[in-house]
Parts: sequence; C-alpha cells; structure tokens
Amino acid sequence: MEFLTSQILSGISLGGQYALIAIGYTMVYGILRLINFAHGDVFMVAGLLMVYMSTVMPIYVSIPLMIVLTVLLGFVIERAAYKPLRSAPRMSVMISAIGVSYLLQNLALYATGGQPKTYASIPWISNTIHIFGAPTRVVTVVTPILVIILVVLLTLLINHTKIGIAMRAVSKDFETSQLMGVKINSVISATFVIGTFLAAVGSLLYFTNYPTVVPMSGALPGLKAFVAAVFGGIGSIPGAVIGAFIIGICETLIKGTDFAVFSDAFTFALLIIILVVKPTGIFGEKTTDKV
Amino acid sequence: MSNTKKRIDRGSLITLCIILLIFVVTVVLENTINANSLLFTVIRKGAVYSLVAVSMNLLNGFTGLFSLGQAGFMLLGAYTYAILTIPNSVRDTIYYLFQGSSFHFSLLDIFQGALGETFGLIVAVILACICAGIVAAFFAFLIGLPVLRLKSDYLAIATLGFAEILRAIFQWEKLGKVTNGANALRGYPTFSDFNIKNSSGMIVFRLSSFVPLLLAGICIAIIVLLINSSYGRAFKAIRDDEVAAEAMGINLAKHKQLSFCISSFFAGVGGALFAMFASTVQAKTFTSAMTYEILLIVVIGGIGSISGSCLASFLYIACSEWWLRFLDNTMYIGGTQVPLLRNGFRMVVFSVIIMIVVLFFRQGIMGSRELPDLFRRKRIKEGKSDE
Repeated sequence: MEFLTSQILSGISLGGQYALIAIGYTMVYGILRLINFAHGDVFMVAGLLMVYMSTVMPIYVSIPLMIVLTVLLGFVIERAAYKPLRSAPRMSVMISAIGVSYLLQNLALYATGGQPKTYASIPWISNTIHIFGAPTRVVTVVTPILVIILVVLLTLLINHTKIGIAMRAVSKDFETSQLMGVKINSVISATFVIGTFLAAVGSLLYFTNYPTVVPMSGALPGLKAFVAAVFGGIGSIPGAVIGAFIIGICETLIKGTDFAVFSDAFTFALLIIILVVKPTGIFGEKTTDKV
Repeated sequence: MSNTKKRIDRGSLITLCIILLIFVVTVVLENTINANSLLFTVIRKGAVYSLVAVSMNLLNGFTGLFSLGQAGFMLLGAYTYAILTIPNSVRDTIYYLFQGSSFHFSLLDIFQGALGETFGLIVAVILACICAGIVAAFFAFLIGLPVLRLKSDYLAIATLGFAEILRAIFQWEKLGKVTNGANALRGYPTFSDFNIKNSSGMIVFRLSSFVPLLLAGICIAIIVLLINSSYGRAFKAIRDDEVAAEAMGINLAKHKQLSFCISSFFAGVGGALFAMFASTVQAKTFTSAMTYEILLIVVIGGIGSISGSCLASFLYIACSEWWLRFLDNTMYIGGTQVPLLRNGFRMVVFSVIIMIVVLFFRQGIMGSRELPDLFRRKRIKEGKSDE
C-alpha cells in the first residue's frame, strides 16, 4: 500500500511536470500548426542554466534569472528560426524545429563536455516528507498545486485579456485575424514566451527529482509531453493537462512492474492508439478538410 | 521527339560514367594509399547513409509522407542481418549473458559449407540483406495499416513513436535469447571480410570500401528505376495533390502503403549495411537523433532529389568525420591558443551550418533536380537558341 501510494504520488508529480511542458506544445500547435521539436531542448537548457547559475549566485537570484533567460531563448528561437519561414510549407518549419533541437543539444554537449551535471538542490522543495506513511519530497506535493494555479491563471489570461482573445482568434483562423488587425507576430511571440516560461518552471520541478542534467535529457520528456498534448486534443489546454497527468501516472506505475523497459514505449503505443481511434484527442475540436 | 530522347541519354550517360569512375577510383585508391585513411571511413559510412537518405527521400520527398521512423527500420534490418549471419561457432560466446542463443541457424555457415568460403560469403550476405529488408518492410506494412491514415505531422510523430517502441522491445531482457538484450551483437561478416586474402591470411586486394558503394549503388539504382516508373509518377502525384491524384484514379491507400513498405525495405537493407560498417549492433545506436540526422541530410541535399541525397550524405559524413575534425582539438597559432576549439565544437559549427541551410537555402544543394539535369540544361538552352 505504501509502495502504491508513493508510486501514485510520484506519478501525479511527474504528470504535473509533463503538463507544464505540454501546454507549450499545445499552444504553439494551436496557433502555428507546428510541432515545436525544440521545446524539449529548451526545457533541458533551462535545467543546465540553473546548474551553472546556482554555482555562482544565490538560489533566489538564479531561479528568476533562469526563468527570464529561458523565456528570452524561446523568444529568440521563434524570431530567428520560425518567423522567416512563416509563408513556407509546414514541413520546412518542422525541419527548422528539428534543426534548432539539434543545435541546442550540440551546444549543450559543447558546454558540458558530455559530463552529466548535478542539479542544484533547491531548499525546501527537495526536503523529504511523509504522506500516508510513504516518504516523498515536498516537490511531489507542490507540483500538482502549482500546476493547477498556473493553469487557472493561464485560462484567465486566455479568456479575459486582450492578448488571450487575440490568441484564440489566431488559432481559429490565421489569415482572417490578420485581416482584422491582430498583430500576428506579437501574438506568436507571446505564445512562445508563455510556453517557455511554463517549461522553465517545469524544468525546475522535474530536475529536482532527477539528480543530473545531460544534453539528451530534454528529448524524451519533450516527446512525452507532446504525446500528452495529442492525447488531450491538441490545441486544448485542459486536455493537455489531463493527458499529461494520465501519462505521468501510467508511466510511473509501469516502472514499478516487470515491464519497466516499456515505460517509454507505452507512451508511444498510447499515442498510436489514440491517433488511430480518435485523432482529435479527448477534448480536440473536429476539423474538416477543405479541398 | 527522338532528339529529346537522345539528349536525355547523354545526360544520364555522363552521370553513369562519373559513378563508374568513382567506383574505379575507390578500388584503385584503396589498394594504393594507406588503408586506414579516414577517406575510406567516409566512403563506407557515406554509402550506407546515402542509401538510407534516398529511402527516406522516396517517402518524404517523392510521396510527401513525412515519416520519422527510419532509425526503427534500420534497427530491424541491422538485427535481422546480424542474427542471420553470426556463425554458430561464436554465437554462444556473444550470447553468454543469456546462456547461449535460442537461434541456431546461420546463413553464413550454410552457404560457406555448400559453396565454399568466398562464394558462400557473398551469397549469405546478399540473402541476409534481402531478409533484413523484408523484415523491415513487413513491420512497415503492419504499422502502415493504421498510421498511414494520419496527416503530415501526426504521421511523423506516430512513426517516431513506433521507432522508440521497437528500440524498447529489442532491449527487453525476456527476448535476450534472440536479441541479446541491451548488449551488442558482433562476429557477423563485415565489410573488411570482403578483402581478398591469400592462403597465409595476408590481404592481397582490398575491396572493403568498394563493396558498400556497390551494394548501396545497386539499391539506389532500383529506387531510381522505381521513381521513373508509373508507380513513381503516382507517388509524385500524391505528393503534389492528394485529392487530384485520387480523382485521377490513383488508389491512395495502396500507393502510400507501397511507398512506405519500399522505403522501409531499403532502410532495412541500409540498416544491414550499417551493421556491416559498424561491426557491432546495439539497439541504443538507433535513436531518434539518427533519424533527425538522416532527415537533415535529405534537406541539405534537396527534398525530392536522389543525387542530392547521395551528395549530401558524403558531404555530411566527410564534414562530421573528417574535415571538421580539427575543430575538436585545441590549436595554437603563434603561441596563442585559438579560442573556443575544444571537444564538441565541431558539432556546434555543424549544426549552425545546417540551420543556415534550412533557413536560407531551403532548396538544398540540388533542389528537385538530378545530376543528369546539370549536364543536360546547357544543351537545352543551346537547342532553344537554335529555334
């Protein structure tokens, strides 16, 4: 029972971390119809930035600075790698995203020299506590709460602010909203800023549970978060969050059984099943093809 | 009409001559200069990668199906090849962690017993390569049934996921008797086994770089023939406009499935060649990063150009394995250390170059042209001025 409790708890926590990444995917996809392959690597870079900065400055300076730098990175990536291709076919933009991901991984490899970097232990959230007798870290409890708070704030932003309305308009119809005077570029930049901000927060929580950061450590969480976004219905924020929690919990439960090798494969099997059975996901909107 | 026909022949003829020349030069060089030169690594790996890149181009560039499963099919091919050709005498030492293999069937033993050392090797390797392709194509058929209904980026992510699932299955301990779990497979015939040796074991004639070129060349030639056939034209029609193609009577599902299976077949053969190049097979090599690498090669060469993919593979491998190597070593010019140069810098420079190509030279090296077109274009212009 204790084992099961701790498994479910860490599953929820992992799901929350995936949720924070998945929102970035789902928002970008909703607006640009682009799988931002570089998103997982931005998440990894956020982890590395934290590693490097926490050695030279106190934690309460390095956390906000890390978030600001990551957001800046997301902004720059969009301006440099995706904006020039706005009128190009979708495949070119996706290839550009893969190129950025390759670049970020190689940069990280160069910076770290291939050595795994130990993540700074952040006071309070890496403390151990007991819940229903199961030992766990504070971060496990903090994550779902933080995720819910951030999602509520985000929903408020999207439903009630000007930029949120613009975002919804752009994701509905790119060209018409442009004709209506929506500043496409600033809306897209805002999307990337929000997405990378959440990824930065996610990396803070994620790497607290994992001792080290390596250049490849963004790739798999990134892909899984994307699967979560597809599972929940791409373009839908609550869908992404629910999808992420389901995937996080399933993955941790499988890790506890004999089939631990398949914990990653399960996510992708789920993806193929959902794409075949209900390609629009749980909350996705139905789209029709026009000739 | 007969005039155009003649021109086409001339352009292709020049290309054919160039390819033959490359083959001859490779054999000559290999037997004259230092055989450990990086040049030969580049030729071998470049040949393998050009086959895989062309197979990906068939799918992404000619049929318009954006698939990212190439590494998975290579993995299937590489494992099939290795498992079928490891001699029975060394099988138990390779599978020692699993108390021997459950698979006691080696094409190499069978054919070397029946046809003699050299001839048996050739037949066994070719058969094993074909089997590698068939296994990859069979799995492509199975996964193609559900996923080929998906559109562009969904298809990409589903095939990527499929490759990851395969990688997990091949590393599963329970299948250790067949796949050797997460451990490497080795001991099967590699390219260097094709060097001709005399009775005392001395190498008298080197063919280890020529063989991969030849094998990849044959496979690419088959793909070129396919693309120029009526099937190839149907693929291109699907790429340009699915709805129009369907209206013209092309069976979409059938042709997509065909293209996917053929592409995977050659990716499987490419995987077998990769196994021969690397001389060990391990599931962890065939990651999604490998697929991205191949995709970037296709993009650099030009999506929709076979000769572009081949050129780009050799360029890419030459840069990453040979020409840009110096960037990884600290260097001193006049007593001062050149900044930035240290391990890993090569890949950074490399990825920046790739980003520049992706952003500013979207056509790649060749665009959608082929090598024969380059020799032909001038003459067409001359012909026009005559009119």
